[in-house]
Amino acid sequence: MPHRYFVWLCLLPLAVLTVAFFLLPMARLVVTGAEGPQGLAGYLAILVEPRYRATLINTVLLAAATTVVTLVVATVAGMFLQRHRFPGRAVLIAMLTFPLAFPGVVVGFLIILLAGRQGLIGDLSNRMFGEKLVFAYSIFGLFLGYLYFSIPRVILTIMAAVQKLDVGLEEAARSLGAGPWAVQRDVVLPALGPAFVASGAIAFATAMGAFGTAFTLATNIDVLPMLIYTEFTLAANFATSAALSVGLGIIAWAILALARSFSGSTVAAAG
Amino acid sequence: MRDRLIFTGQLLFTLLVAAFLVVPAILSISAGVTVNYFRGISSGVTLQWVFQVWELYAGTILLSFVVAFATLVLTLVAGVPAAYALHVRGGRLSRIIEEVITLPLAIPGLAIALALLFTYQGFGDFRRSWLFILTGHVIYTMPFMVRSVMAVFATIDIKTLDEGAASLGATPWRRFRDVIVPNAVPGILAGSLMVVTLSLGEFNLTWMLHTPLTKTLPIGLADSYASMRLEVASAYTLIFFVMIIPLLVAMQMFADQEQKR
Repeated sequence: MPHRYFVWLCLLPLAVLTVAFFLLPMARLVVTGAEGPQGLAGYLAILVEPRYRATLINTVLLAAATTVVTLVVATVAGMFLQRHRFPGRAVLIAMLTFPLAFPGVVVGFLIILLAGRQGLIGDLSNRMFGEKLVFAYSIFGLFLGYLYFSIPRVILTIMAAVQKLDVGLEEAARSLGAGPWAVQRDVVLPALGPAFVASGAIAFATAMGAFGTAFTLATNIDVLPMLIYTEFTLAANFATSAALSVGLGIIAWAILALARSFSGSTVAAAG
Repeated sequence: MRDRLIFTGQLLFTLLVAAFLVVPAILSISAGVTVNYFRGISSGVTLQWVFQVWELYAGTILLSFVVAFATLVLTLVAGVPAAYALHVRGGRLSRIIEEVITLPLAIPGLAIALALLFTYQGFGDFRRSWLFILTGHVIYTMPFMVRSVMAVFATIDIKTLDEGAASLGATPWRRFRDVIVPNAVPGILAGSLMVVTLSLGEFNLTWMLHTPLTKTLPIGLADSYASMRLEVASAYTLIFFVMIIPLLVAMQMFADQEQKR
């Protein structure tokens, strides 16, 4: 058998799986989205219908807030861990990255243990101020959950980027009289730009599509994935849920594609 | 003096972030072995909740392993040859194929699950079996296997090895089996760890694809969070940690080793 045919044969199993269980279903999803009473206009509902639009804005704001705070936290901690050697550093890094593979439902449960009705924060605040602080089921609880699963992902990217920084540039800036803040602002942070874009896009796309955490916290705050889920299961609104899914998929994909064209590296979201 | 202050400040901040990630996990582990979480650990330590979880949910744990293993087999069978083909072919078409199989990383699992449901709801037997969950897991984890193997091919001169073996008269299949695959082992191992870890913890897709008779571990977890007492839910989470953390540690060790090379 000529080598050329062998290469095609190598691609065959993947092609069959991808067409049957990804491309065809995705095409079906797009078609289903236009099968509602409004037809193709169903796709505009996400922008036109006030309830859907409010949910979309909610989700985008929450994802954006998660991204910004995660980037700040991960940069401070990641830079520190990459630049200093001290006893216990490896353990600290392990602690900061181990939630990487926790599913969203588990993260939601951990937030309940932290800030729920029987949570640690409520318990402590009750003892100190006589008032039980419970916020796991509010938008702030959801935000904490999103932070929980975003920090480990972003911190790894930032640490890898810090490692590749040219220390010589910082020394040059210092020898020219720049203070520590000026060095950070004018040399280090700009050099980390591509890593910020890449990891920020992952954090944003993941937060947009996160379902498990919101599901466990059972918040009454509507985020897009929860809206899709309720439209599908409770309202049996198949066309709407399909149209909203397509919208969500396009937003998440576009953010990642945009980031990749900026930073040149391949990025991925999961969870 | 100022450096000292900055160092201490950064260390405290980093410790605080680590505490935010670790303390809830410790709370969950301790709650899983506490007689009464509301009264605290002083009420005694017990394994009764762990046993209760095993009685109630052993099936979900078993199914999760079956699905993860089957996902691994399929991603190996389809992903490793494909990674080789994409690498040696190169060019525009290969890039497009890579792009398409990577899409499930960007598109939320919920959307992919709905797409599968709309397409296969007519195929009752398939839709009701665990194979339906398997398809979702395979699509979701495939890019990790393909890219991890391709990353290894990018670092070694696979074309020269391949051509060398060809000039000695080896058939394409023999070259693939005896030259390509042995050289790709680090990527295959890293990809396999990733695939199994992700499959064991997958919820977004699985929640939509499961039926009452095909519940995986994360589905059981969500179920226990909604309807069981806190101690049982925690014990269940503890079992999940025990399963997943060795995989994470192995993955970490693997990454460190690669970095040293």
